Amino acid sequence: MSAIGELRTLRRDGRGGLTADQKQALAKERRRDSKAAAVFLAPWLLGLVGITIGPMVASLYLAFTDYNLLQDPNFTGLENIQRMLGDERLGKSLLATLTYVVVSVPIQLAVALGLALLLDRGIRGLALYRSVLYLPSLLGASVAIAVLWRLVFGREGLVNAFLGLFGIQGPAWVAEPDTALGTLIVLHVWTFGAPMVIFLAGLRQIPRQYYDAASTDGANKWQQLRKITLPLLSPIIFFNLVLGLIGSFQSFTQAFIVSNGSGGPADSTLFFSLYLYQEGFAGFRMGYASALAWLLLIIIGAFTALNFWASKYWVFYDD
Amino acid sequence: MTTETLATTEPTTQPGKRPLVVRQRRRRPRILAHVGLVLVAIVMLYPLLWMVTSSLRPNDEIFTSPGLLIDTFDLSHYPDGWNALSKPFGSYLLNSALVVLGSVVGNLVSCSMAAYAFARLQFRAKTVAFAAMLLTIMLPVHVLIIPQYVMFAQLGWINTYLPLIVPKLLATDAFFVFLMVQFVRGIPRELDEAARIDGAGHARIFLQVILPLMVPALATTTIFTFIWTWNDFFSQLIFVTDPDLYTVPVALRQFIDAQSQSDFGALFAMSVVSLIPVFLVFLFGQRFLLRGIATTGGK
Repeated sequence: MSAIGELRTLRRDGRGGLTADQKQALAKERRRDSKAAAVFLAPWLLGLVGITIGPMVASLYLAFTDYNLLQDPNFTGLENIQRMLGDERLGKSLLATLTYVVVSVPIQLAVALGLALLLDRGIRGLALYRSVLYLPSLLGASVAIAVLWRLVFGREGLVNAFLGLFGIQGPAWVAEPDTALGTLIVLHVWTFGAPMVIFLAGLRQIPRQYYDAASTDGANKWQQLRKITLPLLSPIIFFNLVLGLIGSFQSFTQAFIVSNGSGGPADSTLFFSLYLYQEGFAGFRMGYASALAWLLLIIIGAFTALNFWASKYWVFYDD
Repeated sequence: MTTETLATTEPTTQPGKRPLVVRQRRRRPRILAHVGLVLVAIVMLYPLLWMVTSSLRPNDEIFTSPGLLIDTFDLSHYPDGWNALSKPFGSYLLNSALVVLGSVVGNLVSCSMAAYAFARLQFRAKTVAFAAMLLTIMLPVHVLIIPQYVMFAQLGWINTYLPLIVPKLLATDAFFVFLMVQFVRGIPRELDEAARIDGAGHARIFLQVILPLMVPALATTTIFTFIWTWNDFFSQLIFVTDPDLYTVPVALRQFIDAQSQSDFGALFAMSVVSLIPVFLVFLFGQRFLLRGIATTGGK
C-alpha cells in the first residue's frame, strides 16, 4: 500500500490491521512497548520537532517579517503579501512553474504508462528494456545531465546538428524565451522511467483471469484496456500523479543550471524554487522568501487536495 | 477469432496447441513493439552516449556532427578537467562520498529504528505520529530551508557537512521510514513472539530478528540515499560555499562558470566522471532499486 493509500485508510483502521488476539496480547505489553517506543522513536521525534515542525513554524513567522539574516526580524504585518501582489517576477515565476507542471507531468505519465503497457505483455528482453528506460530517471536530477541538456539544446548542440542534416537551422533552444521552458519539459519527460517501473509493478498485480474472462465474452484489446486495465491501475496512476505534481513543483537544479541561476531568458525558466533561492539566498530577503515558501506550500497543498477530491470520480479502489 | 480467418488459414490439428492463425496474428504486433521499444531506447540513450563520445574527441569536433563515431581519440579532456578547478576533481568526489556515507549511515540507523516502532510497537498517539510521518514525505523542502539555514548558521554549521548529514540521523527522510515500515509489516510476527518467549527485549528483537530480515529494505534505502544525495544540488549549494568543501554537483556548477565558452570537452569529461558512481550503483543495485520502487508504488 502506498503512502497515499495509507493516509486514505488511516481513519478506518488506526491500528494497522491487527487481529483481536494480537490486540489483547499487545494490551498487556503496552507499557513495555511505550518505553521502547520512546527510545526507538527518539531520533525521528527530535527530527520532526527540530528539523521539520520548528522550522515550519519559524518560517511562518518570518513570512510576516522583513528578516534579512543580518538584523533581527521586524514584524511587518501583511507587507510581504502586498508585495507579492505587485511582484511581476513572481507572476512570471508562477506562470513558468505552472506551465511546466501542467504540461510535463501528464506527458511524462502518458509516456510511462504507454511503455509499461507495451512491456507488460511478456515481451522478450523485458529486463533489458526496463533497465535502459529506467536509467535516465536516476541520472536526470543531476547537475551533469542539466549541463548536458544545455549543450544538447544549445545553438551548436546535438539537436541542431541533427536538424542541420535536413537543412534546418534551429534556434538556440535554451537561450530563447519561447523554447527554453520546452527543453526543461523534454528533460522531465526523459525521466519517465521511475513512474514506468511503478506502473509495471501495478500491471503485474492485475489477475490474468479478468482478461481471460473478458476475451471469452468477446471484448477486444481496447475494451480490455478501458474496462479492466485502466480502472484497476487507477490508484497507481493517481499515486504517480500526486507524486509527480509535488515533485515537479519543486524542480530546481535543471532550471538553475540551464539558465545559469538567472531563470532566464526573460524569466521563462524562473521556477518557483529558483525565484525563492534568488530572493532568500542571493538577495537575502529571507522574510519575503519565507512568504514565498508558504505560498508554494499552499499551492502544492491545494493541487494535492484538488487531486484527492477529483480522485473520487476516477480512481477505483478494489478493496 | 472469426470463422473467416479460420477458413483461409490452415489450423493446426493438434489439440491443446494454439491454432496457427493466432500465433501469426500475434507475431506482427510483437515485432512492431520491439521496433518501437528499440527506437525509444535509442532516443533515450543518445544524449548520454553523445556526452561520452564528446568527452573523448577534440573540442573542435564536438559540435560539428551529431554522430557517435570518433575520428581522433582525445583523452586529454580527462586530465584537463580533473585539474581545472582550484582542487583536483578527486577531492570533490571524496567530499561527495563523505556526505553520501554520512547520509546512508544516518538513514539506515534512524529510519530502521523509527520503522520498528511504527510497525511493531503500540503506543499513545501512534496514529497521529504515523500520519505526521506520512505527511512529511510530501512536504516541500523550501518551507523549511530558510529557518534551517538560520539555525545551522547559529550553530556554526555552515560550510560543514553537518546540515547535510544530521537531518538524516534524525530520520527526516520519512520516505525510507515508510518503505521500512512496509517491509517490517511483512515479516511474520511469530518470529518476534518466539524471541520474546526466549526472553529477548525489543532491542534484541530489533537487532537480532528484524534487522537481519530487512536487509533488502536496507539495501534499497542505501542505494536510493546514495543516488539522491550524490545528485542533490539544492541543499549542497546552500550549505557548502567554501570551494575546498565543494561536493561534486557544486563543483560541476563552478566548472560551467569557470570554463564558460572554452573547454567543452573537459566539461563533458567531468560530467561523465560525476555520473559514473550513480551508473555503477544502478548496474549492481538494480534489483533492489526496482523492488524498492515497486513496493512503495504498489497499492
